[in-house]
Amino acid sequence: MYGNAYIDPNEKFSSEEETPELLAAFQARIDAGEKIEPQDWMPAMYRKQLIRMIEQHAHSEIIGSLPEGTWITRAPGFRRKLALMAKVQDEVGHAQLLYSAAETLGKSREDMMNDLITGKSKYSNIFNYPALTWADSAVIAWLVDAGAIVNQLANSKGSYGPYCRALERICYEESFHLKYGHDNVVHLATGTKKQREMVQAAMTRWWTPLMHFFGPSDKASVHSDTLMRWKVKMASNDAMRQQFMDMYIPKIWDLGLTLPDPLLKKNTETGLWDYTEPDWEEFKRVINGDGPCNAERLAVRRMAEENGKWVARAINNEEAEHVRPFA
Amino acid sequence: MATEDQTAIESLDPRIGRAHLSGGNHEDMTGLLHFQTYEVFHQNKRGAQHKHVGIVHAPNSDMALLYAKEQFARREQTANIWVAPSSCIAATEYADDDIFTTTPEKLYRNPATYKVMDRIQAFKERGMTPSDEA
Repeated sequence: MYGNAYIDPNEKFSSEEETPELLAAFQARIDAGEKIEPQDWMPAMYRKQLIRMIEQHAHSEIIGSLPEGTWITRAPGFRRKLALMAKVQDEVGHAQLLYSAAETLGKSREDMMNDLITGKSKYSNIFNYPALTWADSAVIAWLVDAGAIVNQLANSKGSYGPYCRALERICYEESFHLKYGHDNVVHLATGTKKQREMVQAAMTRWWTPLMHFFGPSDKASVHSDTLMRWKVKMASNDAMRQQFMDMYIPKIWDLGLTLPDPLLKKNTETGLWDYTEPDWEEFKRVINGDGPCNAERLAVRRMAEENGKWVARAINNEEAEHVRPFA
Repeated sequence: MATEDQTAIESLDPRIGRAHLSGGNHEDMTGLLHFQTYEVFHQNKRGAQHKHVGIVHAPNSDMALLYAKEQFARREQTANIWVAPSSCIAATEYADDDIFTTTPEKLYRNPATYKVMDRIQAFKERGMTPSDEA
């Protein structure tokens, strides 16, 4: 990505020895605030961890467009349909930007797509839950995107150049998603009794998945210390969860909506939010495949890929003259 | 479509319901086409520089232009887009970035190092006489 950075996905990386000198020079570059570019030497673990992270992020964008996409035809009113279509198109575009960034580390987009569909790679757990009503779609657009922005803003200050550049564009585009989602939630929350009940029910349903969103507390380990030092991981899961709560719980309460956690309050001594730990067993169960929508999400992605093959073949046919539209 | 679990997925989305999909298929995808990448350069208005904004995957330059329009001209004001196959871009090595080091002896390229006003002033103050007659 970005300037002769493309790496042939069939190329095998020579496992150049990770000498203390190379590692120290690498660390010094990161400490000085410089970005690592695809052509640079990097430790194998840095490469591997970034591929995993960026790939999962890309999959989350593409799968995340499904629970919302399902509401396009039923979105109330033309303006909301247009906005939701634009948002879903953005999400798929973000997936493309991220696949391109991950490719610079040596895994092809087609291999990543295959690993998504066969279940070898993961995506954000939150998209394994259904958007039952229009209010769910509103809560997703506001709060799931808010959570994503907290995460992405942190990561955009990371050390890998292509990932940071993709994230900057993504954050810029997602600011509209957040406003659009907030607008929809406010419309329902300031509306009729029925509308308020709908948005309250959706808020209650999504609270646990939102608390799961940033993952369980990080276990202290040499591994995670190294990733922090290399600026692969930019903030702890708990720190990002706290930042999200700080920014959005007051806005939720402000609308007279409640959250299903009696312990939820800002601790004046620590300055942090007190909350009930969400059920992490449920989190593990869902991420390992046993959630309400896992099978559907992958089946739909597989169908799209299977049914779209003829398009790929058609545009790839050099003989064909009338298959190249220029919109 | 080969599947292990033949039970149709019950979806909230009527379109997915009508497709009668079943889950539990973990087979590898076959025949995924690998497209080359194109670098995309975006110009926001006539007269401005084209700026590199990212890449797209495409089988040919016409499709690359189409994807570039979708990916990089969704919001921004756009006058023109270029695409070029990534494989056609030649680049320097970051490892050799010392070739760009501007050394102190290149001060003669710096306009601020040319100071004449004080000399003109002195010349006028001594009555504009030649330097060897002063």
